[in-house]
Amino acid sequence: MTLTGELDAGLDVPADERVIDVRDLCMRYGAKDVLAGVSFTARRGEVLALLGPNGAGKTTTIEILEGFRMRSAGEVRVLGVDPASAGEHWRARVGVVLQSWRDHGKWRVRELLKHLGTYYAPYSTGEIRRPWPVDDLLDVVGLTAHAGQRVMRLSGGQRRRLDVAIGIVGRPELLFLDEPTTGFDPAARREFHDLVHRLTDVDDTTILLTTHDLDEAEKLSDRIVILNDGRIIADGSADQLSRQVTGLTEVRWTRDGQRFIHAAEDATAFVRQLFLQYGEDIADLEVRRNSLEDTYMKLVLDAEGGAR
Amino acid sequence: MISTLRAGLARGGIELKQTLTTPSDLSSYLIPALILFATIFFQRDAHVPGTSFSLGASTLPGVFGMGIAFGSLLTVAQLLTVEREDGTLLRAKATPNGMGGYLAGKAVLVGGMTVVSLLLQLVPGLFLVDGLRVSATGWFILLWLVPLGFLATMPLGAVLGSIFDNPRNMALVTLPIFGLVALSGIFYPITGFPGWLQAIGQVFPIYWLGLGMRSVFLPDSMALVELTHSWRHLETFGVLAIWTVVGLGLAPAVLRRMARRESGSAVAARRQRAMVTVNR
Repeated sequence: MTLTGELDAGLDVPADERVIDVRDLCMRYGAKDVLAGVSFTARRGEVLALLGPNGAGKTTTIEILEGFRMRSAGEVRVLGVDPASAGEHWRARVGVVLQSWRDHGKWRVRELLKHLGTYYAPYSTGEIRRPWPVDDLLDVVGLTAHAGQRVMRLSGGQRRRLDVAIGIVGRPELLFLDEPTTGFDPAARREFHDLVHRLTDVDDTTILLTTHDLDEAEKLSDRIVILNDGRIIADGSADQLSRQVTGLTEVRWTRDGQRFIHAAEDATAFVRQLFLQYGEDIADLEVRRNSLEDTYMKLVLDAEGGAR
Repeated sequence: MISTLRAGLARGGIELKQTLTTPSDLSSYLIPALILFATIFFQRDAHVPGTSFSLGASTLPGVFGMGIAFGSLLTVAQLLTVEREDGTLLRAKATPNGMGGYLAGKAVLVGGMTVVSLLLQLVPGLFLVDGLRVSATGWFILLWLVPLGFLATMPLGAVLGSIFDNPRNMALVTLPIFGLVALSGIFYPITGFPGWLQAIGQVFPIYWLGLGMRSVFLPDSMALVELTHSWRHLETFGVLAIWTVVGLGLAPAVLRRMARRESGSAVAARRQRAMVTVNR
């Protein structure tokens, strides 16, 4: 089963709303095709999650979009500009949070944010005031208490929040987040999710996110793109994907103390029927659509099966 | 452009303050100075052959010159490889005009570090070692010699630092440079070498920085023990200027090539390799 056909791709999004527009992106190292014709778009204010197994081409894709890597073929527009030849003005509109940095260990948190912010000041506009004032930013990422600390003394989670702060100090219109919550405890993860919602709701920031945490992808993203072996095997909201994968929904209930499980094509109709038939006898009713994890596993397995 | 330069200057200032307040960094300034003065102390009764001039006093200015070349070239090379590995350069690349600011900052930092270590040797040297004096012309020479020395060596350091992307391979750079120091008449007069070795020594900036510094701090009569019995200021200026042109001509292209290759996965791969090396 392939979903890419109908997603060919985001043409329904008007051109000026497309913050990311990728067509037929190919990347070849020697004889190996890392990306073989990838197409997708992201519209303004959208959170797009890029999922896929290790080696699927996520990092390559994101690095091409960040302007850190040349591509072999295809059309790429990020904020209307080709990242391969984009200048400093474009750079000021893009924020990058990579998997792990160890830079600037001797700097103090506030000092570093203030310094990096100065690079964005010349790119301040009437609509977007750059940079983000340091005290507000420290507050937003929850590092106010650590403002005077040397970066190398921060804990893993604090360091990560600093990375996010640096990524957004220039108030980017587009933010790349590469596995942003790796190593976070549940509370830090929750706070981070709130921050992402704030960025998209208040500032209309577009976010491209990669993660291995499918629960996180489901919570944060408006749309999910799954890459496998250099191709997009699915593109849609978590809901759409789960519907497209099986169409079957698991319904569980008990009647007279006995448990029943049924995989229904149309869960609503099935449950209505169930109540018509047994009424008050039905108890402990659960209707479960596929979780994103089920959907993801099925899509990736199908894609790999199809390739074989 | 102006704002980039200003950001770079601020960056250099902040990093200079950091290195001067980090104990482990401070020891790397003090220890060479201590070793130097210990050496000079033990040489205190030795004289330059054929004169009554103290050997220590004649060596020290050359060491100042070597310090400039060494400090700027090796420090720049080292910082570039280390900061490429920890992601500082990638950060600069991800920031608008960040590379320009980064490089301006490094120039300020390394210049400042070199001046600090120079002062740590110079000030005690003037008190402890007899025979060093600076005339009015001497100050004037310092005024062009020191900045020109930076310009001649720092871009070379940047080129070397761009070529070697593994800090653990830096020995490939340091060892030949130590060899070059031996040839450059810093600790042992170049006149004692066969002609072809003298020629090699005179190609590189270290010899000329040493000579220039000797001309500043030693009495003019000491020029007699140099090649051609003169301080050769014009040649000093000429050779250093050529290296400056070569370095500044080469460095931007090499740095750009290096910067182009920086990406998250490049940094991650380097880190992976570093862990393997460390754990081995």
